[in-house]
Amino acid sequence: MHIMWFTERAYSIHLPEEEVLRNRSFFGLPNKLFDPAKGAALLNQYLDEKIYSEELGFDGVMLNEHHGTPFCLGAVMDVEAAILAKTTKRLKIVLLGNPTPTVANPLRLAEELAMIDLISGGRLVPGWVRGAGSEQLANNSNPAYNREYFDEAHDLIMKAWTQPGPFRWEGKHFHFRFVNPWVLPLQKPHPPIWIPGLVSPETVVWSAKHRYPYVALATFLQPTVELWNMYTEAAAREGYQAGPENFGYMQPIFVAENQARAEEMGKRFLFGGGFSNFARPEWMFPPGYNSKEATRRLAHQFANPNQPGKSIMAAETEADSGASFDFEAARRAIYADYPQWQKNYQMIAGTPKNVIPKLRKVLEVLRPGVFSFWLDGPIPAADRLSCLRLLGQEVVPALREFGKELELVDPFERKPGSRPLASGVKPVAVAQPEALASL
Amino acid sequence: MALWNEETVRVGGVDVTAIKGGSGEPVLVLHDELGYPGWMTWNQRLAEQRTLFVPLQPGFGRTPRVEWLRNYRDLAGLYVRMLHELRLEPIDVIGFSAGAFVAAEMAASDPHIFKRMVLVGPMGIKPEEGEILDFLSLTVRSHLRATVADPENTPEFGAIYGGEMTPAQFEAFEDARTETARLGWEPFMHNPSLPHLLNGVRLPTLIVWGDRDGVVPRGCVDGYRAAIEGARVAEIKGAGHRPEIEDSAAFARVVKDFLKP
Repeated sequence: MHIMWFTERAYSIHLPEEEVLRNRSFFGLPNKLFDPAKGAALLNQYLDEKIYSEELGFDGVMLNEHHGTPFCLGAVMDVEAAILAKTTKRLKIVLLGNPTPTVANPLRLAEELAMIDLISGGRLVPGWVRGAGSEQLANNSNPAYNREYFDEAHDLIMKAWTQPGPFRWEGKHFHFRFVNPWVLPLQKPHPPIWIPGLVSPETVVWSAKHRYPYVALATFLQPTVELWNMYTEAAAREGYQAGPENFGYMQPIFVAENQARAEEMGKRFLFGGGFSNFARPEWMFPPGYNSKEATRRLAHQFANPNQPGKSIMAAETEADSGASFDFEAARRAIYADYPQWQKNYQMIAGTPKNVIPKLRKVLEVLRPGVFSFWLDGPIPAADRLSCLRLLGQEVVPALREFGKELELVDPFERKPGSRPLASGVKPVAVAQPEALASL
Repeated sequence: MALWNEETVRVGGVDVTAIKGGSGEPVLVLHDELGYPGWMTWNQRLAEQRTLFVPLQPGFGRTPRVEWLRNYRDLAGLYVRMLHELRLEPIDVIGFSAGAFVAAEMAASDPHIFKRMVLVGPMGIKPEEGEILDFLSLTVRSHLRATVADPENTPEFGAIYGGEMTPAQFEAFEDARTETARLGWEPFMHNPSLPHLLNGVRLPTLIVWGDRDGVVPRGCVDGYRAAIEGARVAEIKGAGHRPEIEDSAAFARVVKDFLKP
């Protein structure tokens, strides 16, 4: 099992929560609230944590990027990845993922990533994402072509890495008269690609077709099991048996020496509504960002037949009248959900001794070959370090044992897609829904 | 008796659905970026004298999406071909908002296809002052409300957009907004070369603009007036971006007056 950890590199510890609640989103908060001196200290703190985690025995660190939001200061993750390439020796540098539609220059991206792979001595794991809806606005990337940009950028980068240049690329969206990157990745035929997601079926099937492991980002267990099955079926149609090496899972976790402190940290994860509570629909779903099928699902979801008179549109209008917004009520509602988060395994908080059995349950249900801890929220630096230390020294060794026992093979131990499956043979499910029923 | 009917015309391999109603000399009507809202009072007033021909834009649900359409000039090219093949040229045209942008692109490419041109709250030219409202980063509900100056006191607005939005309506709006993003995302709802190409066009042109328009600023109107020699402006007092439903009597009056035989 490959064990890594992730953090958004948030600015939230310096952010008044009311500002987030007033804006109903982290995205779009005015950047006059940003203090460069504090930002400098945080970015260095986050890098130091990653370097320290190599000492602690983690296999990898995972990075992402967001734009125009204090939720993530890593607006250009390749910059951080380049630093880690030089300052660490063993860690895998896992980028989940580069938002190809918003970067808008696939050739430049191919070169950046190749340099990181070379400097790190072949420790790069790149991944691709479409970018959240708000990223399209922040980068002026046409959301109606998001999927097309994603597909074409992927094809161009892979060709640039694997086919001899120079060649021309006259695509629909990208045009390069001279593709001949002189820096190419160390790993051959190309660095291993992993794809992160929030259970979009289109992306799950796309990943299975390309034999790329799919890493679910803190999604609910039940839909994750369903999408693992969807991946496994799609893999069978491609002629291979999926296994733990095809799946990754990210789990919010907070560990402290005592239970009360860990719970306090866990609650901080919900600061400002966390990632989902305050995402405004106009920024989550810009026009054309969703497929027709996803839009149809959304339309029916929002026009809830069980709640006549309470459609998405009504909700939007209410939300738009900011003046009458009750901050305290919003805050109470957010934190009232905390027990539910824990009950659903959306977050695990506690002492090492208390969290290990819960993590075991998650591993039994999903059987991922890649596992990532997620540590976030406005938490003091000392608490974060202590959490990392406890994870590295006490939790990671226990997970390794579980991984061996449950045969959670990772993508470095067995190449994803390397187990052929004859046509018409029913694939073996990877996830164990029976274990879910026992939770 | 039905006031209008629907027909399909085949242009360049595309089956364009169109609404046709009224009697008399035909007039081409180009709907806005949210799609054809239905047969309204102003349609009926004008249909007493004229046959209204309203093609429904490809990708807006009723007419299938055309993959090769990448900007408003492409769409204008398709519509120019449609007028040629239907032998409707020269014809009067009324375009609304993004539909006015399309009409202007058609005039720029072939001034002889139109007799007279009415541009209502026209997008298409970058305003010297102000900005075209960035409606693509709003919800459809907020966008709709921004199109009229006083939604609560605009009965026809309530008739088309009031009440609960059904899943089918939500989907239709998302289709329209998606196609609008495909054509007009960048540069946003204008074409920098359009004013230069319009500069040589001699075409009787009326620009109708509500003086409380929250979507298209006065700067767009001024841009068109500067580009098209002799273009006249009719300001509808108190109206927003939809003068045709906010003050349909005043709207019908200025348009009928301009388009009189």
